[in-house]
Parts: sequence; C-alpha cells; structure tokens
Amino acid sequence: MTELKLPSIDYAALSPILIMLGTALLGVLVEALVPRRWRHVVQLTLALLAVLAALTMVVLNSDERIITAGQALAIDGPTLFLQGAILVLAAMALLLIGDRSVERGGAFVAQAAVTAESADDRRQAEGRNGLTEVYPLTTFAIGGMLIFVAANDLLTMFIALEVFSLPLYLLCALARRRRLLSQEAAMKYFLLGAYASAFFLFGVALIYGFTAGMPGRPAGVDFATIHAAVSESPASQVLLFAGMALLAIGLLFKAAAAPFHVWTPDVYQGAPTPVTGFMAACTKVAAFGALLRVFHVAFTDANWDFTPVLGAVAVLTMLIGAVLAVTQTDIKRLLAYSSIANAGYLLVGVLAPSRDGLAGTMFYLVAYGFSVLAAFAVVTLVRDADGEATHLSRWAGLGRRSPFFAALFTFILLAFAGIPLTSGFMSKFAVFGPALENGQTWLVIAGVLTSMVLAFPYLRVVVMMWLSEPGESTPTVTVPGGLTSAALMIGVLATLVLGIAPAPLLDLATGAAEFVR
Amino acid sequence: MEETVEYAQATGLLGGVWLLVAIPLLSAAILLLLGRRADRWGHWLGVAAIGAAFVLGLSFFFQLRGLENKSVELSLWDFIAVGDLRVDFGLLFDPLAAVFVLLITGVGFLIHLYAVEYMAHDAGRRRFFAYFNLFVAAMLLLVLGNNYVMLYFGWEGVGLASYLLISFWTDRPSAATAGKKAFLMNRVGDAGLAIGIFIMFATLGTTQYDEVFNGVGALTGTTVLVLGLLLLLGAAGKSGQFPLQAWLPDAMEGPTPVSALIHAATMVTAGVYLIARSNPIFSANSTLQLVVVSVGALTLLIGCIIGAAKDDIKRVLAWSTVSQIGYMFLGVGLGGGAYALAIVHLLAHGFFKANMFLGAGSVMHGMKDQVDIRRFGGLSKHMKITWLTFMMGWLAIIGMFPFSGFFSKEPIIVAAFEREDWTAWLFGGAALLGAGLTAFYMTRLFVLTFHGPQRWTEDIEHPHESPKLMTIPLILLAVGSVGAGFLLSTSVPDWLTATAGLGGEHGEHEAVLSHAVITVLSLLVTVLGAGLAWFLFRAGTATAPQPAGVLVTAARRNLYTDAVNEAVFEKPGIFLTRALVYLDNRGIDGLVNGLAAAVGGGSGRLRRMQTGFVRSYATSILAGALLVMVAFLAVQAGWLA
Repeated sequence: MTELKLPSIDYAALSPILIMLGTALLGVLVEALVPRRWRHVVQLTLALLAVLAALTMVVLNSDERIITAGQALAIDGPTLFLQGAILVLAAMALLLIGDRSVERGGAFVAQAAVTAESADDRRQAEGRNGLTEVYPLTTFAIGGMLIFVAANDLLTMFIALEVFSLPLYLLCALARRRRLLSQEAAMKYFLLGAYASAFFLFGVALIYGFTAGMPGRPAGVDFATIHAAVSESPASQVLLFAGMALLAIGLLFKAAAAPFHVWTPDVYQGAPTPVTGFMAACTKVAAFGALLRVFHVAFTDANWDFTPVLGAVAVLTMLIGAVLAVTQTDIKRLLAYSSIANAGYLLVGVLAPSRDGLAGTMFYLVAYGFSVLAAFAVVTLVRDADGEATHLSRWAGLGRRSPFFAALFTFILLAFAGIPLTSGFMSKFAVFGPALENGQTWLVIAGVLTSMVLAFPYLRVVVMMWLSEPGESTPTVTVPGGLTSAALMIGVLATLVLGIAPAPLLDLATGAAEFVR
Repeated sequence: MEETVEYAQATGLLGGVWLLVAIPLLSAAILLLLGRRADRWGHWLGVAAIGAAFVLGLSFFFQLRGLENKSVELSLWDFIAVGDLRVDFGLLFDPLAAVFVLLITGVGFLIHLYAVEYMAHDAGRRRFFAYFNLFVAAMLLLVLGNNYVMLYFGWEGVGLASYLLISFWTDRPSAATAGKKAFLMNRVGDAGLAIGIFIMFATLGTTQYDEVFNGVGALTGTTVLVLGLLLLLGAAGKSGQFPLQAWLPDAMEGPTPVSALIHAATMVTAGVYLIARSNPIFSANSTLQLVVVSVGALTLLIGCIIGAAKDDIKRVLAWSTVSQIGYMFLGVGLGGGAYALAIVHLLAHGFFKANMFLGAGSVMHGMKDQVDIRRFGGLSKHMKITWLTFMMGWLAIIGMFPFSGFFSKEPIIVAAFEREDWTAWLFGGAALLGAGLTAFYMTRLFVLTFHGPQRWTEDIEHPHESPKLMTIPLILLAVGSVGAGFLLSTSVPDWLTATAGLGGEHGEHEAVLSHAVITVLSLLVTVLGAGLAWFLFRAGTATAPQPAGVLVTAARRNLYTDAVNEAVFEKPGIFLTRALVYLDNRGIDGLVNGLAAAVGGGSGRLRRMQTGFVRSYATSILAGALLVMVAFLAVQAGWLA
C-alpha cells in the first residue's frame, strides 16, 4: 500500500471559504441551542460578521496568487476579485433577508410545512416570525459560491455547484405569502437544476476520457491537465468538444442564458424577493466566474473555436431577454428577463479573450449586482395588505404617491437601460469595448440593438410611475427600516459612483484580471 | 505671431486655483441639498463663498505678478481619455483669466451683498443664492479652463444658471417664456461652439489651448475661417450680438441682481472672453477679423437705436449692454493692441453697468416694482444715494471725461479709425455715431427717471431710499465707475500682454484722423447727444405711448429683428417641424410602430412558450443542449468558423 501523501493546504488563502462554511455550521447549532426569540438577531449578526470577516480576509489575501489544496483551488486575481464581489453583494442581500420592518416577521415563511392556502397558512402569514434557518442556508450558499469561483478542477467545481445550489432551492420555497407559487418555483428550480447538473457531470466524464492517454501525464480533470491535453492528447477531439459543450450547458443554466433560461422568470417570481435579489446578484457572479475560469484557463488552446457558438447563445439570450421583457406585466418577471438579457451582455465579455475583456466582465458583474439588488429592494417596498404588489398596473402613479422611492427606482431602471452617468453605461462600455477590439463586432451590434429594445420595458415602467394618475389600487411604499434602506442606498450609490468614477474599480479589475494555471 | 505658447506648471499657492471653482460650487451644493433647513443662513453662506473666492483670487493675482512666465497651468486629472481623445481637467491662470476672476468675484460679491436685501422678502431666497453661486462657479470654470472642453463646460453651466435665474419667478408666464427664449437662442450659439470644438479635435487632435494655438499656423485658411466663424457664432449667442441679440433684453424678467451680474457684468462678456482667448485663431485670418468687427459695429448701432425707443428701465439698460458689448467685439475684432482695449472696456463696463442695474433695482424697490421710465420723474430728491451713484454710471457709460467710460471707450474708437483702408471711416464712424447715440438714450433714461416732474402712479406716495445693504454696493460700484477707467487703461494693457497672443503692437497703421481730433470729436458727439436728450426730456414725457415716425416705430419693435427672426427662423421652423411631424407620423412612426408591433407580437408569441410546465422547460433545455452539442461538434469538424 502506498503511503498517503497529504496535499499542502494554505489555510490563510482559503480562510474566506472556511469562515463562511464554519459560520454555516455554527448557524445550524444556533438553530438548535439558542432560544427562539434570540435566533433572528444572533443569526443575522453572525452571518453579517462572517461575511465581513471573510471580506477582510479576501482583502488581506489580495496579493495571493497560488494553487492550493492539491490543485483543487486556485486563489488568484479573478478568484479574489469575484469572492470580494460575492461577499459585498451577499452582505447587501443579507440586509434584505434580515429585514423585519417592511413585513411583520420578515419575508420568510414561519412554518413551511403547513399546507399552502390553508387556514394555518393564513395564520402564519399574519406576522409570526419567519424561519431563521434561512441564515445558515444563505451562508452555505455563499460558501459554495466562494469555492465555485476558486475551483481549479471540474470535480471541485461540481461539488461547489451543488453546495450553493441546494440551499438556493430551499430558500426559494420559503416565501411567506403566495406559498404555492413559491413552492412551485423551488420545485422547478430543483428539477431543472438537477437536470443541468447531470449535463455538467457528463461533460466532466467526457473531458476525463479525453485527457487519458497522454504520455507521461495521468488523466485528470484539473485545469492544468485539461490545458495540456487540449494540445497533446491523442484522444479524439470529439470528446473534447462534446465535453466542453456539456460543461458549458451546465454553467449557462446557472447563468440563465438562453435556451437554458426557462426556469428564471418562474423562479425569480416565486422566490422571496430578497432571495431573488441574492440569486440575481451573487449566483450570476459565481456562474460567470466559473465560465470565465473554464474558458480562460482550461480551454484557451482550443483557439476559441467555440466562440461562434457561444456568440450565438449570447445573441439568443439578449434577444429572448429583451423581447420577452416587453410584454411582461409583473415587475419581478420583468427584472428576470432583464437579468437574462444581461447574461447575454456578460457572455459578450466572456468571449473577448483579452485582459480587458476579463476585467470588463468582472466590472459588469459587480455593477449589475449592486443595481439589481437595489431594484429588488424597491420591489419589497411596494406592497399592500396582501404583500408585495408586483403587478405592473399597480405601479401606475407611484411617482405621485412616493416620489423618493419612485425616483430611486427610475434611476436604477435608467442604469439598466445603460444611460450615461450610471454604472449600466460604464459596464456595457467595459464589455463591448474589448469585444470590438477582438473582432466580435456582430455581438456588439446585437448588444446595442437589444439594449434599445430593452430600454422600452424599463421606460414603460418609468412612464407608468410618473405620468399615470395614481389609481385606487396604487399601493403606497412602505417606509423601510434601517436594513433595507441601507441595502437600497448602497446599491443606488454604487450605481451612481460606478457611473461617474468607474476608474478605481476598473483598475482593480484590470489588476486582478490574470488567472494562474 | 509665430511664437510658441507655453504654460508653466502651477506651483505653491497657485496650486490652489481649483478652490476658486470649488468653493462657490460647494456652497451651491450645500444650499440646494440642505433645502429649507438652510433658509435662515443660506444667503450669508452664498455671500461668504463669493467673498472667499474674491480674496483667494486677489492673492493668486499678486502671486502671479511675481512670476516670470505669467501663464500657469494646473492639471487636475484626465477628464476624458478615450482612444485619441484626451481632455485634461485642467485650469489655466494667466493675466487674462486673472482679470476675469477679479471682475467676476469682485463685482459678484457686491451684487451678492445687494441681493441679500433685495431678495429679503422672497420665499425662494436660498434657492436664488444657490443658483447664483452655481453661476459664479460655472463662470469661473469658463474663464479658468485650460482647454476648450472645460470652457464649454463652464459655458453650458452659465447657460443653465442663467436659464434657472431668468425664469426664477416661475409663476410669471413672461419669465418662463423669456427663460425659454434665452435658452433656445443660446443653443444656436452653443451648437456653433460645439461644432467648432469638434473641428478643432478633427484637424488638430486636441482642444488644449496651448496645443491649439501652436497648431493654428498649420491649418488652411478656410479651416481657420470656418473654425473662427463657429466660435464667433458661439460668442454672439452668449453675448447677445447680432444676429442672436434678441434674448438678452427679454432676460430682464429675472430678478434685478441677476440682470446686473449675469446679463450685464459677467456672463454676457463670455463671448468677448472667448474671442480674446482664441486670439491666435482670429488673428490668423483677416476675413475673420473683418466679420467680427462688422458684427460688433452693427450690434453697437442696433443696441443704441433700440435703446433710445424703449420705456422699460431694465430693457434700456439691456439694449445698452448689447451695444457696449458691440464695442468690445469691435475691439477684439480689430486685433493687435485693441484686444487689451476691449478687455479694459469690458472691466469698466462691468462696474458701471452693474452699478446702473443695481440702481435700477433700487429705484424699482422704492417704486413698487414699476419699470416704466415714463412713470418715474423727480426721484433725485427722494433717493439721493441711488441718484448720485446712478449719475456716476451714466457719466461713465456715455464716456464723459474723466469717468471710466472715457478711458475705455475712446481708445476703441481711435483704434477703429486706425484701419488701413476705407473701412477705417466706416467702423470709426459707426463707433463715433454710437457714442453720440449712447449719450442720447442714456441721458433720456437718466433725466426721465430722476429729474423733471413726477409722473408716478397713484399708489405711490413717498418713494423711499433703499436700505444700507443695497446702497453700500451701489456706492462701491459708483467709485469704480468713476475711477476704474483711468486706472485700468493705464495698467491693464501692459498686464495683459503676458497673455498668449495678446501682446500685439498698438497702432500698426496711422489713424486716418489724428488722435486729438478723434478725442475732441467723440467728446463733442457725446455732449451733443446728452444735451439734445436733456433739452427734449427735461420737462418729462407723456405717460402713454405716442404716435411716432418710421424710425421710432421700428426701434420700438426692436428694428423688426424679432419679426425677421419670426419670418426667417420661426415660420420655416414651424413648417419644417410640421413637415417632419407628418413624415414622422406617416413614415418613421409607421416603421417604428411596425417594428414595435413586431417585437411586441414576437414577444407575445414567445411568451406562450413559457408554459409553466417543468416538462416543457426540460424539453426546451434538452433541445437547446442538443443544438449546442451539435454546434460544438460542427466547430470541431471544421464546418463552422
């Protein structure tokens, strides 16, 4: 029997991940040990502190460029940047998740197991405190995402995918009101997510097969091996390309790119709004972080032959997102389609194989994350006796009733539409510019055209809010407590600041935009 | 002329030049953001900000005097850096900028002080001071920028502030209309300036002053001409010069301090600044100079003639502003040493015109906002300070010896006579005629307001002098009106020669008349004009409009320039708009609506694919996955790409 050699592990470099996972475990214990009425405060504080601690460690590690844990995790520029992004956005999302001032008891169900729409269910909706299990679930998800963007081999990546997906499936089911919709969303997300995971796993298997048979190198699914195999492996290229396609499908599913986007509107609509914001911001960062790493590290030597195919996916994604957004009547579904279209723009950045393209994509992820969280923060505020009023007709005349929040939402929508002096403009500029330089003119043209289509639904909401008379059914905006206000203001300010002075973050992204292999 | 323009780096105290813009801007931001919370003390913050800027400006000025190279540049940050386009967010402090800074902050401070009292009973006083500070910040940015883009920034900023302040009394429809008119006519000029800047970038690849001036020599004559004409269009728009003069008198709808600061002393001189700053461009083409001179001469006469027929005290002053800026354009158009003369006149004008506007405000303050000079008369007994200070302004503007107008205007008239061909007679004659007309209508204004029988409306029993806070600025400005001219005309030209390109020799040609003759002539026409007006109006005037001859009727109607504008621009504009609307409705809308319908229809149809069933979702994912797989394999087999 050969001696077992333990891989060297750089615990300091991994500390953000360890902190998040450790806190999640601690959170489970809190559920068991801390009295019910203290749990909310303890859990929320714990989660926020953990995110802050992890963020501090990311900042302290910012010069780290290593591959550790036996080739499983790469802590390099993009990893640290994206981990930082996930943590900052997750902190904002936690503020939304923890808010109990907007809705009595919070946005989460008090008792998930009662039959939906039953008398018991109505009783729980009337203000009993929500489940506090959401915090360990969220921290697990954050931890998974941190691993996901650092994963340096496909199996680690798969595990991380499951680690952050499973809590999300559960979180989707925990909306306090409209329980059926919420449960249905979770069910759909779970089934389709599992389905997509299978594609991913099958891709991993094919790639493994492809790497076998290289002289002097064992088969494997770590990126260095795959990278070497692309030019050296004697195996059929069919294996490589089929495997790449299947991997891409698995990741594009998480990124909500067409035609794998179908779950997005239903899930975004059914999930509790803070969770929707969390998914729209953080899941997007994680999914694109993994896509970037897979294509920039493992498959660079495939000469980017796959660009036209992924380009077609990008164009299709933008088109579907933009065109379908036009006829949406529910604000959460509208934002879901907008998020799909944004996935298309992000893909344009992924397909610009240069340092600027990479930096632009990372900038886009952060900028979009801030804006989308702010948008969902406003959505949580517009409500009536039955909870959030998400139907667009209910938003008519909101500018008259609540000019401040309507103005904030207008600003965010303008940012989504890419109006200058907002981060939306700068981020589109940051991905389209490198794409042009790399000869992907057609993607940029498609991007600009679909942005124009997409401006219509945004502006329609703006027009409705400001130019329509408030009707009987126009709800007022609940004045939010500190947590939601903080998240909202952070999001809006970031959208403004990144639009006016994007240089510091862009420089940071450019400085970080180099993978280690 | 072919000397290179070089700016030194700002060091030491001058490194703080940015504060000049930042302080008023910060104050404006505080006033706007704090809202009603700042109502009690906001106006004093506004005054203090301008005072601080003045003190700073003064210390920078003295600092600059001690320097070898009197043009210092301060580069703050890369403002725009896209491709080849590099625009520096930088400031330039040189003698020309320095005198403007002192004028803007000095006169601005006095007017701010005056406005504290003048606006005391206005509910929007804090907002007023916020806009006022915003204006000062923008104006300082305009004169301090070290490239045309910065200038354009300030240019648009003062345009915005001017618009906000003209229509400050939003409940008056006339104020709103006047604001709109000013805005639109300025747009025409601004478009010219913007296109000029684009041309600069296209031909020279830069908008930095030094690089542009050093590169002008390499341009073809036509390019310089077009560039100069576009800059002139911009200057004419901002300075109310022919053909874009109509907005300036209407701008008097704003509060009187606004008229004094913006539409008399500072903003309207931005056009003169632009031409003086761009003198290497204008000096490079003689046709261009001829156009500038013509515009100046024509406008100064138009202003005089219309000013003589108006009965609204502020409008007369406004038309006199148009006319006096005409003199400045005449000066900058003459080129060489006359640039400096124009700037001297600009500074002197800043004092006496601000003085008279504030005096007019003081009169209105005492007369329940009456502006019709036919309804004044005999006020000299009731408003001693206003009367005396206004008299100083009046004597200054008509160019009476030894008041400041004499020292600043007369050299321009002399310079106009110094041209080499017959145009010397044309422009010299125009300038001389203008001097006589100015004396006539300003005397008319003065006599009708302060002397002769009382023709007040019934509701006024005892007009009162304005409070101290209003009269002190008046007195200070009056002192300036008396003394500034002599001081300025002896020191400023030397000082300004250190500015890039402004060092031309005075009097390249012999004047067609001797200097003494011109001086005597100009004093003579002044006395004649003033005497005629005194004789005609010493006994007052009818309070109702009188039937009048062709010329007076024409002048009352602004020499039909409004009618011309209407016929030449408005009517065809309306027609064009209608035609475009028609085309838009029928053609473009059809196309757009068709597209929109297609998108909407497509959206509706696609939406049905979103069935809500997991099974159909899974199917579509599977179909998509198969497609992607096939596509990847096709790539691998070399069928694609």
